[in-house]
Amino acid sequence: MLALPLADVNFVEATWIMVLKSVIIFAVIFGILPVLTVVERKLIGRFQHRYGPNRVGPFGILQPLADVGKLISKESFRPANAVSTLFILGPLLPVISGVLALAIIPWGDVQDGVGLYGIDVPIGILYFFAVGSIAFYGLVLGGWASGSKYSLLGAMRSAAQLISYEVAMGLALLGVVMMSGSLSLVDAVHAQGEVWFIVPQFVGFLIFMLAGFAETNRTPFDMPEADAELVQGFMTEYGGMRFGSFLLVEYMEILVVSGIAAAMFLGGWMGPGPSFLDPIWMLVKMLGLVFAFIWVRATLPRLRYDQLMSLGWKVLLPLATLNILVTAILVVVT
Amino acid sequence: MSTPAQNGENFDPKAVAYLSSADVVSVQRGPEPGGVGGAYRAFGETLRGLKTTMARLIEGPLTIEYPEEKTPVYPRFRGRHKLHKFEDTGLEKCVGCSLCAAACPADCIRVVAAENIPGDRVSAGERYAAVYEINLSRCIFCGYCEIACPFDAITMGHDYEMADYDRSNLIFTKEMLLAEPIERTPLKSEGE
Repeated sequence: MLALPLADVNFVEATWIMVLKSVIIFAVIFGILPVLTVVERKLIGRFQHRYGPNRVGPFGILQPLADVGKLISKESFRPANAVSTLFILGPLLPVISGVLALAIIPWGDVQDGVGLYGIDVPIGILYFFAVGSIAFYGLVLGGWASGSKYSLLGAMRSAAQLISYEVAMGLALLGVVMMSGSLSLVDAVHAQGEVWFIVPQFVGFLIFMLAGFAETNRTPFDMPEADAELVQGFMTEYGGMRFGSFLLVEYMEILVVSGIAAAMFLGGWMGPGPSFLDPIWMLVKMLGLVFAFIWVRATLPRLRYDQLMSLGWKVLLPLATLNILVTAILVVVT
Repeated sequence: MSTPAQNGENFDPKAVAYLSSADVVSVQRGPEPGGVGGAYRAFGETLRGLKTTMARLIEGPLTIEYPEEKTPVYPRFRGRHKLHKFEDTGLEKCVGCSLCAAACPADCIRVVAAENIPGDRVSAGERYAAVYEINLSRCIFCGYCEIACPFDAITMGHDYEMADYDRSNLIFTKEMLLAEPIERTPLKSEGE
């Protein structure tokens, strides 16, 4: 087998198993995404004393099919003064980044010689930050290349947003990394055998989730889209499936952030029952966090851009630093 | 130079002679935003908001799914008109007096009366309405016709689904007004 010295991995298996695992992860995640869209709309409805979509199919479960059918059948137009290659690249980069980030979410331990995760890279969390930030290139490039003032404003906002939450997000996870002694997500889950890290790292969890809302461009930090004042921001000039892929990516990022949070703070695949239930437990925890995303969206209004920046730099960053300091002292002392 | 009174800080009504103390309303201001306290309060308010929305989720939807479910109307709701017959004899109550047409502010009722033939009576009175038409595209559902009627022959029913694609279909004839409505409109129950 050709060994590429690209990166170290903690666990190596045959290539065909890797391919099979990727296919399964793809199938599961892309099966969940459309369901997630309709579940979100139905839940938002319930949060507002409404039913949400319930016309297409029984209980509205065929709504995503209708939505996707509509989006696919639409024309993929391009504004006259858009930069064509960058305009097309815009929606692709976030999709690539979201799919790449899926690889490190641990669905279970090594069972029968197969690790139930895409890949266990020893740099785990750094990989997540690296590929997660690529998504914002897509947003910024797409918004800039659209040749529209709304898109440009949305792109600027997403850049401003990125620099205000990313540092706090990294520092929030640093506490977990110090406690587990490894950057790998699998090791982080193993370290939570006795107590989930949400208990000692509660502040870190809150900061990570807050930054996660910003990472996924969700309310209350959806300023790059801001449908009220920026008519969907960087997505203004996109139509058809290009617009659809931006939407798709939003849900994929929610799943990724939920997966990282579940692995780092909620004990990952740990749960009662036999070991083949492990991926189910992971999925349950992820969906619980997705519910939190929807709950927050149903509750909070959109923050102003300077409010997010002052929250990120003046509240979250000092809090995360303090959290790390206390964690470091405790880790050294005990 | 700005005095404290002009700034609105430490406002002392006695310092301004022309204001009696009764005219001065004290304003309660919230805490200043920002800072650690501000962040703490914002966090608390966020939790309160989350609690509020969760309570709405638990209460469940209040939607009335209209085409399948109808909003119940009050007993005195003025909907589509009904013409009545005597229950025992089966004769029409309307005697063709045209008082309803006279009372109608929208001028949408047309009555043409005819004499009853003794062997083949239509109404209980001397005359009956040979033609009784209400143009529902003009009717304003004021209920004056039902007040004007001396025999309670016309009343306002509870039906409100009368939309049509053709205006001529909205001229309701006597037969349509005498017939029972195809779909019943639910009534609000006591205390609802």
